[in-house]
Amino acid sequence: MIPTQVEYHRPKTIAEALELLQKFGEDAKILAGGHSLIPAMKLRLSTPAQLIDIANIPDLTGIDDEGDHIVIWAGAKHGEIASSYTIKEHLNMVAEAAGMIGDVQVRNFGTIGGSLAHADPAADWPAVMIAADATFVIASTSGERKVAAADFFQGLFMTDLNEGEILTQIHIPKPPAGTKSTYEKFVQPASRFAIVGCAAMSDPDCNVRVAFAGVSSKPFRDTGIEEALAGDMTASSIEAAANKAAEGVSVMSDHFASEKYRRHIAKVYAKRALMKLV
Amino acid sequence: MKIPVTITVNGKKHETEVEPRTLLVHFLRENLAMTGTHVGCDTSSCGACTVLLDGKALKSCTMLAIQADGREVTTIEGMAQDDKLHPIQQGFHEKHGLQCGFCTPGMVMTAADLLANNPKPSETEIRHALEGNFCRCTGYHNIVESIQHAAHAMNG
Ligand SMILES: Cc1cc2nc3c(=O)[nH]c(=O)nc-3n(C[C@H](O)[C@H](O)[C@H](O)COP(=O)(O)OP(=O)(O)OC[C@H]3O[C@@H](n4cnc5c(N)ncnc54)[C@H](O)[C@@H]3O)c2cc1C
Ligand code: FES
Ligand code: FES
Repeated sequence: MIPTQVEYHRPKTIAEALELLQKFGEDAKILAGGHSLIPAMKLRLSTPAQLIDIANIPDLTGIDDEGDHIVIWAGAKHGEIASSYTIKEHLNMVAEAAGMIGDVQVRNFGTIGGSLAHADPAADWPAVMIAADATFVIASTSGERKVAAADFFQGLFMTDLNEGEILTQIHIPKPPAGTKSTYEKFVQPASRFAIVGCAAMSDPDCNVRVAFAGVSSKPFRDTGIEEALAGDMTASSIEAAANKAAEGVSVMSDHFASEKYRRHIAKVYAKRALMKLV
Repeated sequence: MKIPVTITVNGKKHETEVEPRTLLVHFLRENLAMTGTHVGCDTSSCGACTVLLDGKALKSCTMLAIQADGREVTTIEGMAQDDKLHPIQQGFHEKHGLQCGFCTPGMVMTAADLLANNPKPSETEIRHALEGNFCRCTGYHNIVESIQHAAHAMNG
């Protein structure tokens, strides 16, 4: 399978990339790790005329500890995040989720920014970022803006990103010492995407945040579970709260998992994740 | 329109031109006539096309050749040195790690990435590392043993 004809640009700075995006408008597509875009181009589901390769922009890479928050740059690779000491120390679920994405080859080249921008409903990062209360920094030629992860995802492969914008940074508040977090994933065995992914985080006062991947057409924070827990992290309370998983949410159905089955798995995985935080 | 690129493959620098849409695997197999890298699924799943890019395992059907411009590619053809099999290849030979051999180049390259980062992997770590490489013949048992054999040979 061969993509359609395309022209290729390799900007060295974010500013240069933004200028190219503005110049080419809707003909342009950002290329990061390419691990969602290239397969789509091969299937000709995506037929951009201009590729703007941002993988060589040094300013878009790395993970920084900024004291009260952690900055993950959009070009950080899944594998790099999985093995980052800063991430492992403060945000266990982020490291765990990173290590569960696809396989070694995918984790070597796929980027967190690419995954968030792509907004595949079965992707892991979107739910983890919602549970982590992350804020995204988005740049365009007219400046920068910030969007909360919870407001960024709008539906199946749809985000708040506009034409000409680049997602540059992910800011995650450092949770208080003693916070526990985890990511539990029921894996589609061939693609390794999430049929159900549950990200959960509990601070020392048992303030809990839970978010799901794979369950609905967009990732969501499960306030039903959070409210039912009401700070009570005992096994019986977790069991009862987990049974409220995805209540009132429209659940996807496909040939891997029917709506009913997915809903059931969401409960099971919510319970597993929450029990790990006790 | 073709664009000039410089891609080093197995230590040899290739200064040439490619169409931006050319996949790295096609560049290797068709432009350079190096057919050791196989195309199994062509959909980023099977890992038969795995090569190393700057030392990291990559499914070469999932990257454009032009993305490898200025970088170093290692393919299965670059593993044996002076007619002597690489210890990973030797491991597959000793432990009968292949049947039809179609998946083998990708398995060897993924194992090379693993052993570079983790010289003495456990069986579980080996199996985890092979998640992106499918084998339709062996059932993986002997592939795991082959990689263990190589790890011993390389790192004691
Ligand atoms: C075999 C396989 C298995 C996988 N398994 C999983 C899995 O288990 N879980 C999972 O979550 N994902 C999985 N993925 C997807 C993988 O995580 C991709 O790396 C990711 O979805 C896209 O990141 P990328 O850097 O490769 O982006 P690209 O493919 O380069 O880009 C994806 C999209 O995002 C846009 N884009 C990229 N970067 C930016 C940016 N900074 N700002 C704005 N727009 C941008 C591009 O224009 C494009 O539309 C898998 C992929 C493969 C091939
Ligand atoms: S041919 Fe590239 S992964 Fe199967
Ligand atoms: S040996 Fe035949 S596919 Fe692996």
